[in-house]
This record gives sequence, structure tokens and C-alpha cells, in this order.
Amino acid sequence: MPPQLKTLIPLFILFILAFLIARHFLVPDSFGKEGHYRFESVEDNKEMPMFYAGNEACAECHDKAAEMEYDMHADLTCETCHGPGMAHYENPDNKLIMPRDRSFCGLCHASNNTRKYKLAQVDLEEHNPGMKCVECHNPHLPWEIAE
Amino acid sequence: MQEHFQYLYEMLTQVQGYIYPNEIDLQWGLLIVLYPYITGLVAGAFILASLERVFNVKVLKPTYELALLTALAFLLVATMPLISHLGHPERFYEIMITPHADSAMAIFGFVYLWYLMVVLLLEIWFDYRREIVIWSRQEKGLKKWLYKILTLGVTDLSPRTLRWDEKIGYFVTVVGIPSAFLLHGYVGFIFGSVKANPWWSTVLMPVIFLFSAMVSGIALVLVIYMGVSYLRRKKIDMKALDTIAKYLFYILILDFTLEGLDQVHRIYEAEESFEILSLLVHGPLFLTFFIFQIFLGTIIPLVSLGILQLYKPGEMARRTIYFISSILVLFGIFFMRWNVVIGGQLFSKSFYGFTDYKIRLAGSEGLLWSMVWIILPFLILAFLLWLLPPWKKAEAKSI
Ligand code: HEC
Ligand code: HEC
Ligand code: HEC
Ligand code: HEC
Repeated sequence: MPPQLKTLIPLFILFILAFLIARHFLVPDSFGKEGHYRFESVEDNKEMPMFYAGNEACAECHDKAAEMEYDMHADLTCETCHGPGMAHYENPDNKLIMPRDRSFCGLCHASNNTRKYKLAQVDLEEHNPGMKCVECHNPHLPWEIAE
Repeated sequence: MQEHFQYLYEMLTQVQGYIYPNEIDLQWGLLIVLYPYITGLVAGAFILASLERVFNVKVLKPTYELALLTALAFLLVATMPLISHLGHPERFYEIMITPHADSAMAIFGFVYLWYLMVVLLLEIWFDYRREIVIWSRQEKGLKKWLYKILTLGVTDLSPRTLRWDEKIGYFVTVVGIPSAFLLHGYVGFIFGSVKANPWWSTVLMPVIFLFSAMVSGIALVLVIYMGVSYLRRKKIDMKALDTIAKYLFYILILDFTLEGLDQVHRIYEAEESFEILSLLVHGPLFLTFFIFQIFLGTIIPLVSLGILQLYKPGEMARRTIYFISSILVLFGIFFMRWNVVIGGQLFSKSFYGFTDYKIRLAGSEGLLWSMVWIILPFLILAFLLWLLPPWKKAEAKSI
């Protein structure tokens, strides 16, 4: 056998062995318990900080939720517009987003041919330009129009 | 986290038409553009080196070792963009120790390892073994020890053993060519097999990736060869340069034809995704696709290299044209990867809208990190050229 192979073959075997030994120690204990993942990661994920609190949480202090049920925005959650509210839920001193810009309502309502029949649309250039939407529409009860 | 929401709201205003919620933010950014780019350079440089050895193209001799070392320098960095793209880069090894057999990406780890350990390192080692042994006897200090380790204890320089170097090295190269095809074809496969994405999902993808890899790798070796000769103030071997440029030209034709075939096929089939893809290339990708990739990166090099096949001006003019064409090719192939990776994520899978991509400067996905991964291979190459200078191989005489 050529002397090169006499060295290389044992080296490669050594490399593969080292890999297998490292693998033995590196594979997490709970790996494969319930599938191709580390089962304990479920616990780790539970400990991640939460950012959204959900509508029920807001309802503990604000009666807006109950109120909203009677109008077209009933299906939206508070946090769609006000942003993640967990910090506010824990301490109301943490302010939330107050989205009063026309462009904000436009994210969903600006004319857009791709969703013509799914959502009421207005042309932002033509629908009462120069005024904020919330000056007329109550964002929680959009058909309650201010005079 | 707060900035993340800020970013999200900002991105929302960049969206056009209708897109699904998870399509706002591109998951694969600049780093993932670099990944096929760098692996492509590796495969291309290696294939150029193999030409010399397997097909016995003697004029390419001056660039043989240079091409191998270039391939190694870039291969060592090839996975870095992927690793720095991970949310937890420190867990990168998990893809190797708990690979999922269904995952194309997980298997890539082994394809990569095979190519690195069994092909490239071995080929370089067999090619340099004689010189490494001689240098380990002649040099002093740190270098001596580096060489001693590199010999792996095989210091036999008898003609019989040297013949084995030659034979096994040849064998490794022969195995290496399909391996290089596998390495980069595989990267193309990773994209081509995403059946949900009409911009990616084509069986031609691995082939196109392979040919564009050869083009970019050959251009890179050409540029590096010219650069190294310039820095060493050595005369460039024009025969070798002309030959490399000839290969560059021919493979560029093949690459362009294949990509054209892919597009013609797409246009003629005009599946339901066609409208959005046509909007894509005429809109968000116009600059990078038509101008950068096709015009600057393909047409101009094709025409200028093509003219040189018929009419040979003086050396200086040829060198300048080769250099500029290669740089343009490298630039064009980068944007080819860009158009694949970024382009494939810009349009919504609903086929009704587009999102946008803005490169950020800092951060793990940002421009600065990407620059690091582009510059690092050149530093590694400089080190390899210091350790294993191809130009000193001929002078190495045993004592
Ligand atoms: C613990 C009771 C409590 C809960 C639960 C709560 N809030 Fe509040 N919220 C308050 C108080 C108190 C204020 C008035 C604070 C102020 O004006 O400084 C307030 C004010 C607000 C304001 C107006 C802020 C401003 O700048 O004027 C908004 C919007 C709001 N809450 C939204 C929400 C949403 C959305 C949720 C659910 C994620 C929620 N709140 C849950 C107590 C609560
Ligand atoms: C369509 C988006 C939208 C949704 C959904 C929404 N809000 Fe609001 N909210 C606003 C806007 C815009 C304002 C600012 C109104 C203004 O300045 O007149 C506001 C103001 C408020 C205020 C302070 C002013 C007030 O009217 O009392 C509170 C409190 C509030 N929202 C709570 C909630 C809660 C609780 C929910 C969920 C049940 C909710 N909002 C859902 C858009 C929304
Ligand atoms: C997250 C998306 C979203 C945002 C943001 C939003 N809306 Fe709406 N809006 C809806 C949905 C969903 C409906 C009910 C479905 C429909 O219109 O057919 C609706 C309904 C309405 C309607 C009643 C339309 C009808 O068909 O009768 C008005 C008016 C309205 N919104 C005004 C506003 C204003 C003003 C704002 C800004 C404060 C706003 N909306 C922000 C999603 C949104
Ligand atoms: C001057 C007060 C005023 C302002 C400001 C205003 N609206 Fe209206 N909006 C109305 C009235 C009144 C109607 C019902 C009559 C109509 O359709 O024009 C209406 C209707 C709508 C409708 C229902 C249209 C439909 O076809 O069912 C939507 C959606 C709407 N507005 C959204 C907005 C948005 C978004 C803004 C801010 C960009 C806004 N409005 C600003 C007064 C206003």
C-alpha cells in the first residue's frame, strides 16, 4: 500500500470516530423524544417574553371591546391598531400606539384592485382630503360619524 | 423587539397590491445571495483547475495551483454567510449532528464536507506533498513547524511514492469533477426544488447554477491571476490568459443559452404565475436583471471576448479587455444570484402583489457582515499563497 494511504486512511477513520463521539455528547438529551426536535425546547419557548395580550386582557379595564361588537370593526383586535399591548397590560403607564394618520387607515382601506370585493375602500386622494379619518369616523365604531 | 415592530410598520407602507402577512419581510437577504455566489466561485475555480489535470490542457499549468488555492480559500468561507444568517449561529453544528433526511439543506452539510475533506484538501495535499516535505527541511521557525504538520508524517520522497502522489492525485481530481458539479448543482437544487415558488421551481436551475458557477469561477481565477502577477511584478503568461478567456467565452455562451432557454420556456408556457413574474422583471428587478445581469454582466463580456476570438490586438489591449470583462462577469453573476434569491421573495405567492427589500447596514443580515465574508477569502488566499507559493514549486529541490 502506498505510504500516503497508510497515514490518510487511519486519519479519516479517526476523523469519523471523533465526529461520532462529539455527536454522542452534543445531541441534546430530549432530542427525538416526540419527533425530530429537542423536546425541551417547548419549555424554553414558554419562557419567551410575550408581546401581545389579546382582546380579553384589554376588556378587563376598557369597555371598548364590548362596544365594538356592534360595528364593522368588530373582527379587528385592539392590538392590530394599537400595537403589541403586553407591556401596557402589565403597567398602563406604558403608552400604546395611537394610529391617527390617514395613511394608517389606508393600510387596509386605500383603493386596491387586488381586494376590491373584500374590504370597503376609499380613494385617499378624494375621500375628504386634508382631514384625519378619526375626525369623522370613530375608529372603534366606524359608522358612528361625527358631525 | 420594539424596533422590529417599527420596521414592520415601515415595511407595510412599501407593500404593493395584495400579499400574505408572512411575505412582508424577506427571510433570505443579502447573506443568502452570497451563499450561492461564493460556492459557485469555488466550483468554478475547481473545474478550471481540473481541466488542466484531467484533460491535460498544458497551457493552463501556471494557473493550476492558483485555482485550487482560490477554491479552498472561498470554500472555507462558503458556509459563513449561512451561519451568520442563523438566529443562533452558535448552534450551527446541529445541522450535522441531527440532520433530517428530508431536508435538502441538512444534506448540503455533508456534500460540503465531502467536497472539502475528500476532494479539495486531498488534491492540494497530493499536489504539494513533495514540496511540503522539502520546505519542512529547509525553512526555519514557525514555517518549518507548519510544514512538518502538513506532511502528516509522510516524508518519503522516493520516486515510487512520488508516482503514487501523481496517481492518487489524478484519481482525486477525477472524483472531484462530479463532486464539484454536485456541490454547486446541489445549491441550485435547493432553490429549484421549492415547488411553491414559480421563479425558482425549474429543473434547469441546478444546470444554470452550475454553468454560471463555472463562468464566475473562471473569471475569478483570471482576475486573481492577473492581480497576483501584477503584485509580484511578474510577466503574465499570455498563452494561459488567452486560453482561460477562451473558456470563459465558450462557457458564457452556454450559460447565456441555458438561461435564455429557461426564460423562453417560461414565456411560452405562460403559466398563471407568468403575469406577476413579468411584472417582477420589468418592475422591481429591472435594474438588476436587464441592466446588471444581462447587459453589463453577459452581453458586454460576450461581445468583447467574442471579438477577441476573431481579432487579436496587442497584449496590453487584450489584458485590459480580459480584466474588465471578468470583473463585469463577476458583477453580473452576483446579480444573477441576487435576482434568484431576492427576486423570488419579492412577489407574493398569491400572485397579486409585491413586497420590498431594503439592505440594512449593520446587524447580522446587514451590508457590513456581507463585506466581511467577501473580503475574508482574499485574506485566506494571501495566507495560502504565502504558505504554499505555486511559483516556488519548480524551484524546490530536495537535498
Ligand atoms: C390594568 C388595566 C388596563 C388594561 C388591562 C388595559 N389598559 Fe389601556 N389603559 C389603562 C389606563 C388606566 C389608561 C389610561 C392611562 C393614561 O391615560 O395615562 C389606559 C389607556 C389606554 C389607551 C389610551 C392611551 C393614550 O395614550 O391615551 C389605549 C389606546 C389603551 N389603553 C389600549 C389598551 C389595550 C389595547 C389594551 C389590551 C392590550 C389595554 N389598554 C389594556 C388601563 C388598562
Ligand atoms: C381600527 C383600529 C383600532 C382598533 C381595532 C382599536 N382602536 Fe382604539 N383607537 C384607535 C384610534 C385611531 C384611536 C385614537 C382616536 C382619536 O384620537 O380620536 C384610538 C383610541 C383609543 C383609546 C383612547 C381614546 C378613547 O377613545 O377612549 C382607547 C382607550 C382605545 N382606543 C382602546 C381600544 C381597545 C380596548 C380596543 C379593542 C377592543 C381598540 N381600541 C381597538 C384605533 C383602534
Ligand atoms: C387592519 C385593517 C383595518 C384597519 C387598519 C382599519 N380598518 Fe376599517 N375595516 C376593516 C374591516 C375588516 C372592516 C369590515 C369589513 C368591510 O369593510 O367589509 C372595516 C370596516 C370599516 C368601515 C365600514 C365600511 C363598510 O363596509 O360599511 C369604515 C367606515 C372603516 N372601516 C373605517 C376605518 C377607519 C377610519 C380606520 C382608521 C382609524 C380604519 N377603518 C382602519 C379593517 C380595517
Ligand atoms: C369629513 C368626514 C370624513 C372624513 C375625514 C373621512 N370620512 Fe370616511 N366617510 C364619511 C362619510 C360621511 C361616509 C359615508 C358616505 C360615503 O360613502 O361617502 C364615509 C364612508 C367611508 C367608508 C365606507 C365607504 C363604502 O364604500 O362603504 C370608508 C371605508 C371610509 N369612509 C373610510 C375613511 C377613511 C379611511 C378616512 C381617512 C383617510 C375617512 N373615511 C375620512 C366621512 C368621512
